[in-house]
Amino acid sequence: MMSRGTRLVVVLLALAVACALPFTLSNFRLFQFTQVYIYAIAILGLNMLTGYNGQFSLGHGAFYAIGAYISAIMMDRWNVHYGWTIPVAGVLCLVVGFLFGLPALRLEGLYLALATFSLALAVPQILKYFEHWTGGSQGLVLSKPSAPFGLPLNPDQWLYFVTLAVLVVLFWLGANLLRGRVGRAIVAIRDNHIAAEAMGVNSALYKSLTFGVSAAYTGVAGALSASAIAYVAPDSFNVFLSITLLIGSVIGGLASISGAIFGAFFIQFVPNWAQDISKAAPWAIFGVFLIVFMYVMPFGIAGAIRLLWIRARRSRVAQVPESRETAPTQAPTSS
Amino acid sequence: MAILSVQDVSVRFGGIIALDQVSFDIEPRQIVGLIGPNGAGKTTLFNCVSRLYEASAGAITFDGSPLLAVPPHRIAGLGIGRTFQNLALFPTQTVRQNVMIGAHSRTRSDFLSNALKLPWVAREEDECRAHADDLLRFLDLRAVADHPAAGLPFATLKRVELARALASRPRLLLLDEPAGGLNHEEVEALGAIIRRIRDELGLTLLLVEHHMSLVMQVSDKVVVLDFGRKIAEGSPAEVQRDPEVIKAYLGTEAA
Ligand SMILES: Nc1ncnc2c1ncn2[C@@H]1O[C@H](COP(=O)(O)OP(=O)(O)O)[C@@H](O)[C@H]1O
Ligand SMILES: [Mg+2]
Repeated sequence: MMSRGTRLVVVLLALAVACALPFTLSNFRLFQFTQVYIYAIAILGLNMLTGYNGQFSLGHGAFYAIGAYISAIMMDRWNVHYGWTIPVAGVLCLVVGFLFGLPALRLEGLYLALATFSLALAVPQILKYFEHWTGGSQGLVLSKPSAPFGLPLNPDQWLYFVTLAVLVVLFWLGANLLRGRVGRAIVAIRDNHIAAEAMGVNSALYKSLTFGVSAAYTGVAGALSASAIAYVAPDSFNVFLSITLLIGSVIGGLASISGAIFGAFFIQFVPNWAQDISKAAPWAIFGVFLIVFMYVMPFGIAGAIRLLWIRARRSRVAQVPESRETAPTQAPTSS
Repeated sequence: MAILSVQDVSVRFGGIIALDQVSFDIEPRQIVGLIGPNGAGKTTLFNCVSRLYEASAGAITFDGSPLLAVPPHRIAGLGIGRTFQNLALFPTQTVRQNVMIGAHSRTRSDFLSNALKLPWVAREEDECRAHADDLLRFLDLRAVADHPAAGLPFATLKRVELARALASRPRLLLLDEPAGGLNHEEVEALGAIIRRIRDELGLTLLLVEHHMSLVMQVSDKVVVLDFGRKIAEGSPAEVQRDPEVIKAYLGTEAA
């Protein structure tokens, strides 16, 4: 593990780079990074549920869609400022997730995966059905919010910063949650639910609340995407979105906070690279990428970085006595 | 008044009668040994007190109030801690984290206050960590504090379970075969620890153990089960002389 000081330095450096990007990248590239942050928020939500709490979800695209539509309908119907729609989407998705989590308590493993999958299947069709609110298959066209207070930022730059700010706040809250008493209980349920109960953890309540918080994160991500893309349509929230989020979660590192960011980069950029490599069979290329990543980094990108970090520190420690002696240096083997 | 009172408790699994109208009392600050051949029902009795198993008849009271309607996750909060015969740790978590989870029942921070890291939450977390470190020192576990529970030797993990149970600051502690996998010196040391837990921390203990010398040394009272029935109860000396007990043990294993 990194020390707290090192972690703070890494986070601040990353933030400094992130703040510089809008002034160096094209609007299109910047939009891609905004999308990465949105995915990262959604994946952190999924990680809480699947990685930390051990509840499988193949349907988080549904919460993403609900968040996006709550935001879009509020803006389109009632002219609510986009800034207000984001917390509202979060709170409503928290409630929806909690309520879905209650019956889900009776489902284990693959059965829960199937139940969430059916949610992902159903939500786009339900959205089409309530055409009066949602615009049906046509969806809703929104306007991109522009920077307030006469800030010299174009809409893409402004949205980038809004998304970055939401990401920072949600990751800070999430890290506090997962590293404290509640996070320990969430993991305890995953590791051994009987022992967790014996320690006093109300696992039914904790599992439902974790479901709620997870859905809230993914819902906020959806709400941000509505403004970033300035358009919502049911078919952009199909089952494939749910699978994509799960891929990002696994590739980034399941029970990891930073892993959510790595996973988001993966699902945003690797499909594009696959497209560049082969126009004819991009998904075959993507599949190869997936398999290679899982083979090389069985604990996700975050897990691989952690291992490298530990190894680097060990070899630094090991080199101190070696440098005093004249013996030929040998790569330290992991013990 | 008895701190724990077991009254005519029976447990059935299909055709098997695992416990058959078992009754006994534990007084505050007593160490009670619960012995009997394998399959006698000792663990089943623990699981009734922890509310992991449903008793089919009988009653259990803790501090005078009935226990059998309490949900399992409230037992620790009442002041009853336990360890598991076959280990029930959180394998991916470090030893220190395992012990800190043991404090769940006596700490209060919830989702919102935890996420906001309010000042009192940070204080609670510091206290919880300091207490866990005290327990790790007490049980000589400091060297493995940051090691994941998975991969440590069985005997070490038994001590981690003990530390985790103590983290809730229980008043009654149920130990299910704490000497499992220990060598002779380690069993001696465990006996001293058990006595210190009673004398210094003021706990009441119910001890299931196969090491007869340990049970006879530390117990104030011994309860003997055989095929789910209580066949004897008394001081270690009385129980050792009891013909029924001798028969039960000679019939299965020489203890
Ligand atoms: N969950 C269970 N399902 C079925 N039978 C059980 C279960 N738990 C215990 N038993 C049975 O109850 C009896 C007592 O077991 P146990 O309490 O584990 O004995 P001890 O701890 O004294 O060795 C045994 O016959 C055992 O097979
Ligand atoms: Mg047993």
